Amino acid sequence: MIKAILIFNNHGKPRLSKFYEHYSEDTEQQIIRETFHLVSKRDENVCNFLEGGMLIGGSDYKLIYRHYATLYFVFCVDSSESELGILDLIQVFVETLDKCFENVCELDLIFHVDKVHNILAEMVMGGMVLETNMNEIITQVDAQNKMEKSEVNLTLPVLFMFECMT
Amino acid sequence: MPAVSKGDGMRGLAVFISDIRNCKSKEAEIKRINKELANIRSKFKGDKALDGYSKKKYVCKLLFIFLLGHDIDFGHMEAVNLLSSNKYTEKQIGYLFISVLVNSNSELIRLINNAIKNDLSSRNPTFMCLALHCIANVGSREMAEAFASEIPRILVAGDTMDSVKQSAALCLLRLYKTSPDLVLMGEWTSRVVHLLNDQHMGVVTAAISLITCLSQKNPDEFKTCVSLAVSRLSRIVSSASTDLQDYTYYFVPAPWLSCKLLRLLQCYPPPEDGAVKGRLVECLETILNKAQEPPKSKKVQHSNAKNAILFEAISLIIHYDSEPNLLVRACNQLGQFLQHRETNLRYLALESMCTLASSEFSHEAVKTHIETVINALKTERDVSVRQRAADLLYAMCDRSNAKQIVAEMLSYLETADYSIREEMVLKVAILAEKYAVDYSWYVDTILNLIRIAGDYVSEEVWYRVIQIVINRDDVQGYAAKTVFEALQAPACHENMVKVGGYILGEFGNLIAGDPRSSPLVQFNLLHSKFHLCSVPTRALLLSAYIKFINLFPETKATIQEVLRCDSQIRNSDVELQQRAVEYLKLSSIASTDVLATVLEEMPPFPERESSILAKLKKKKGPGAVSVTELEDNKREGGELNGGSDRGPDTSAMAASNASTPSPSADLLGIRSAAPVGAAPASAGSLLVDVFSEAGPAAPSAAVNDDGFLRDLEQPTETSDSLLVEGSGDSDSAPPSEDPAAPLPEADDLLNKFVCKNNGVLFENQLLQIGIKSEYRQNLGRMYLFYGNKTSVQFASFTTTVSCPGELHRPQLNVQTKPVEPLVEGGAQIQQVLNIECLTDFSEAPLLNIKFRYGGALQNLTLKLPVTINKFFQPTEMASQDFFQRWKQLSQPQQEAQKIFKANHSMDTEVLKAKLLGLGTALLDNVDPNPENYVCAGVIQTKGQQVGCLLRLEPNAQAQMYRLTLRCSKDSVSKRLCELLAEQF
Repeated sequence: MIKAILIFNNHGKPRLSKFYEHYSEDTEQQIIRETFHLVSKRDENVCNFLEGGMLIGGSDYKLIYRHYATLYFVFCVDSSESELGILDLIQVFVETLDKCFENVCELDLIFHVDKVHNILAEMVMGGMVLETNMNEIITQVDAQNKMEKSEVNLTLPVLFMFECMT
Repeated sequence: MPAVSKGDGMRGLAVFISDIRNCKSKEAEIKRINKELANIRSKFKGDKALDGYSKKKYVCKLLFIFLLGHDIDFGHMEAVNLLSSNKYTEKQIGYLFISVLVNSNSELIRLINNAIKNDLSSRNPTFMCLALHCIANVGSREMAEAFASEIPRILVAGDTMDSVKQSAALCLLRLYKTSPDLVLMGEWTSRVVHLLNDQHMGVVTAAISLITCLSQKNPDEFKTCVSLAVSRLSRIVSSASTDLQDYTYYFVPAPWLSCKLLRLLQCYPPPEDGAVKGRLVECLETILNKAQEPPKSKKVQHSNAKNAILFEAISLIIHYDSEPNLLVRACNQLGQFLQHRETNLRYLALESMCTLASSEFSHEAVKTHIETVINALKTERDVSVRQRAADLLYAMCDRSNAKQIVAEMLSYLETADYSIREEMVLKVAILAEKYAVDYSWYVDTILNLIRIAGDYVSEEVWYRVIQIVINRDDVQGYAAKTVFEALQAPACHENMVKVGGYILGEFGNLIAGDPRSSPLVQFNLLHSKFHLCSVPTRALLLSAYIKFINLFPETKATIQEVLRCDSQIRNSDVELQQRAVEYLKLSSIASTDVLATVLEEMPPFPERESSILAKLKKKKGPGAVSVTELEDNKREGGELNGGSDRGPDTSAMAASNASTPSPSADLLGIRSAAPVGAAPASAGSLLVDVFSEAGPAAPSAAVNDDGFLRDLEQPTETSDSLLVEGSGDSDSAPPSEDPAAPLPEADDLLNKFVCKNNGVLFENQLLQIGIKSEYRQNLGRMYLFYGNKTSVQFASFTTTVSCPGELHRPQLNVQTKPVEPLVEGGAQIQQVLNIECLTDFSEAPLLNIKFRYGGALQNLTLKLPVTINKFFQPTEMASQDFFQRWKQLSQPQQEAQKIFKANHSMDTEVLKAKLLGLGTALLDNVDPNPENYVCAGVIQTKGQQVGCLLRLEPNAQAQMYRLTLRCSKDSVSKRLCELLAEQF
C-alpha cells in the first residue's frame, strides 16, 4: 500500500501532499519536513530507495523517490509494493503531468494544485494503484476538462492569463 | 493541445497565489494568509448567498493555504454544500476538499454520506467515481456502515462502466481494511475472483489489489484465484510487447500487473494441479530467460520495468522454496546484480539475497558471494545500500564464516554512518555470541566493540557479556586479564569501565597472582577512572571496591580510606553517599566470614533468550514496542525503584542487596541510575530486562526486604479472587510469616513436568509432594499429595496457591479447598485443584506451603507445573495445510526460535514421546527432511484459541537443536519456545 505521496521542491516547499492514512495536520507537516530532510541530503546517482523516517513508521516503510530538476517526487510505501514498480509509477505520473500541462514545471503544480490532485486520483485511490496506463489516465483527465470548460465558459467569460514567473 | 489549458484558472486564486509567492518574509506570508482567511470567513458568513463558482474559488484557496502548512478550521460546510452541486467542477472541488481535509467528524460525515449516496445512484459514471474516491480516501467506519453492502454490487454488476468498476474495487478494499466485519464477501467471492479474467486490464489492475488483500485474510475461499492468476500471467509473459498496446511500458508488457500477479501468488503455496504448476514454472523460467536477453531499449525505464518483474519472480521462487533448480538460477541472477552498475539493482539484489540466505537450499549458494558483499559494505557510496549489505552479512553468517564476518563488521563500524551504528553493534554482539566457539574470542569481540563504538553499545550488550562471563568458568580468567589490559588505555569508554569494574570485582583474584596485576594495581587502575565517570558507573565501582575488600583483605585499608574521604561519604548524590557509608560500615564491623557470605561470587544467570536479540527484534519489529509493554515496563520499573526508597536506618542494606546471591542487579549500579520517584521510562525498561533475568534464580529467604520480593508478595496480600488461602485451624494460629520466594530449583522442577502430568514434584528430608493431573480443553484438575516423611506431626499445615498476573486481568482461575492443618508422621494428605485457563499465560502459579515441624516454621514456595502447553488440543493436518498455515504466521513476532545444545538423549523414540507428551499432534510426512519433527495444536483458553505450529530440527552431529514456534499469538510462541528449549 502507498501510505503517502509527497512532492516538494529543492528547498523543501511542499507542492503536493497526499496521505492515504490519517495523520493530524501537524504530523503531516512534520512528515513532509522529515522526508525532505532524509531525501535532500542524498547524492545524485545513489539508489532511489531508503527506509522511511521515524514519523511515518520507520524501517517498515520505504521511501521511493525521484528527483526531477527542481522537484522531488516521493512515494512512501509498505513492503507489499515492488520498489521498481513504484519507480515506474512515479515516471508514469510525471509523464502524465507533462502531457497534461505541456512541459510541466513547478509553477504548474503551484497554480493548479486541484488539477494535480485530480490527475493523481486517476492513478492512485485510497493508497492502491487504480490505473497505470497513461493514455487511459489522460483520456479521463481530458473528459473532465471538457466538462469543466463547458461550465467555466458559462460562468467566467473573461479569461485570465497570468504571467509565468520563473 | 495540452489536457489542462493554462488560461482557465480562477483569477482570484491565481492572484492570491502570486501574492503569497511575492511575500519577502515568512511574517509577510502569514499576514497575507490571515487576511485571506478573514476574507473567506466573512464571505462564508455573509448574508449574500455565494454562487458555486465563488465557493469553489474560496475552497481552492483554503486547500492551498492548507498545503502551506496552516490549519484550516472552517469551510467544511461550504465544501459539503458543493457536493450537491450539479456542476462537475464544483462537486469535484468539494470532494477534493473533503478527501484532503475531513476526518471522521461524525455530523459532517452524515451529510457527506447523503451526497455520496445520491452520486452513487446517479448512474453518471463521473459522479460515481468521485463518490467512490471520496469513500476510499476518507474510509471511516460510518462510511463502511453506509456503503459496505452497496459497493460489491456496483463492482460485479454487468452494466457498470470499466472506470467505475476500477474505483469500486479499490473502494471496497479500503472499506475491507478499515472495517472487515462489515464487508461480507460470501456471495460475491467467485465473481470478484473472476475479475482477474476481465477484458479491461485496468479493471484487472485494480481488482488484483482487492483480491490479494482478501486472499491474505481468507486464503481458502479465494484459492481459485491461483489458477486464474497463473493463466493471466502466462498470457502476459508470453505476449509480444505490442500485444497489450497501452499497457506496454517501454517495451515491457504490463509490468505493474505482472508484479501484482506474482505478489498474489505469494499468498499461496505452490499450485497442486500439475498443469497449473507446469505453466507457472514455465512463466518463471521465461522471466529468468528474458533477463539474459539484450535490452530492447537503452532507457532506464525499460530495464526498471523488466527487473521489477524479475525481482517479483525471484521473490515467488524464494517463497515456494521448493524448486532447487529455480532457486539456484535466482541466486545466480542476484549474484549478477550484486555487481551491476545500477545502484538500485545492487540494493534490491542484496535485499532479496537476505531472504534467500534463510532457505536451506540456497544458503550455501548465497555464501559464495561473501567477498562481493563485504566489498559492498566497504565501498558503496550509498548508506542505504551499505545497510542492506550489513543485513545480508548478518543473514549469511554461520559457524564457518562468523569470524570473518564479525571482523569485517567490526572494521566497518569504525567508519560506519551514525544512523546504523547502534544496529550494527547489536548485530555484531549477537553473531559473536551465537557463533562463539571459544569464549575468549567472544570476550575480545565485545571489548573491541566497546572500544570502537562505545557510545553505541547499549546496556543490553554489556549486561550480556557479564552474564556470559559469569556463567562460564573457562573464560573468567581470560576476561579478567583482557579487561585489565583494556583499562590500561589512557582514555577508555565508560562502558569499558563498567565491564572492567564488574569483572575485576568478581574475578580479579584470578589474575592477582601476577605482580603486574596485583590487587593494589587493579584497584588503582579502576580508581584512576573513577572521577571521570557518571554517577551510575561510580556506584558500580563502589560495589566493585567492597568486593575487592572481600577478595583481597590486603586492600582493605586503602579502600576504606577511599570510602572515608569526603568526596564519597559526603557526596551530594544520595546513592553514592549511601553506598560509601554502608560499605565502609560493612567492611569495618563484619567478620571475614560474614563478608565472604555477603559478597560471595555471583551465581550463574539462568539461560534465556539473549536480551540483545530481543532488543534487535524490537528495533526491527513492526510497531516497535507495544503500548502495553511500555506500560508494564513503567509499572515494574516504578516498583523496583520503590525498592530503593529505604530509610537510612536500614544501613548495610545496600550491601546485602548488592551482594546476596540474588543477582538483583544492584551491583550494576542501576538503582542509582533511576532517581526515586521520577524514574525515566527508559531506565525502567532496562532495569526490568536485567531484573527479569535475575528473577527466577532468586533464592529464598535471604532477600526478604528486597523490592523484588515485595513484587512477588503483592498478589497474596490483595487478590482475593486469584488465590485461595487454606485457612488454618482457628486455634493454632496460622504461621504469620509471608510466603517465601520460590525455591531456586523451582523452575527446574517445573520443567520436568512440561511433557508429563504425573510424578513427584518435590522432595526433601521432611516432605514429599506428588502430583497427578489431567486436562481437557481449557480446564484442568490437579491432585496434590503431601507426604510427611518424618515420624513427627506437622502442625498448622497450610497451602496457598497464587497466580501471578495482573489483578484486573487474571490469567488462570485456580480453586481449591483448605487442607487439614495436621499431618501425622508418615501420613499423606490430598488436595484437589480445579484450574481454568482464562487467557494465555507465561508465569506458573505459585504454591506456598507452611507448617511447623518441631518448633520451627517451614516455609517453601514451588511453582505449580501448570504450563500453557497443558491446554493443547492436538490438530492433525496434511503437509500442504501445515505449510500454508506456517506461511500465514509469518509476522516476525509470531515466530520464536531457539538454537540450543542437546541436554538429553537425542533418541528418536524419546523425542517422539516428549513431543506427544507436550499435547500437540506429531505430524508425519510433513517436513521434507525426515529427521525433523513438526507438531500442530490449538491452545484452548476461555477467551480464545491459539493455533500453534512447531518445528524441531535436530542435528545429531553437532548435538544441537533448532526449535521454531509459530503461534497466532506472539506471547505464546515466546513462552512455548522458552519452555521447550529446556526439554530436549
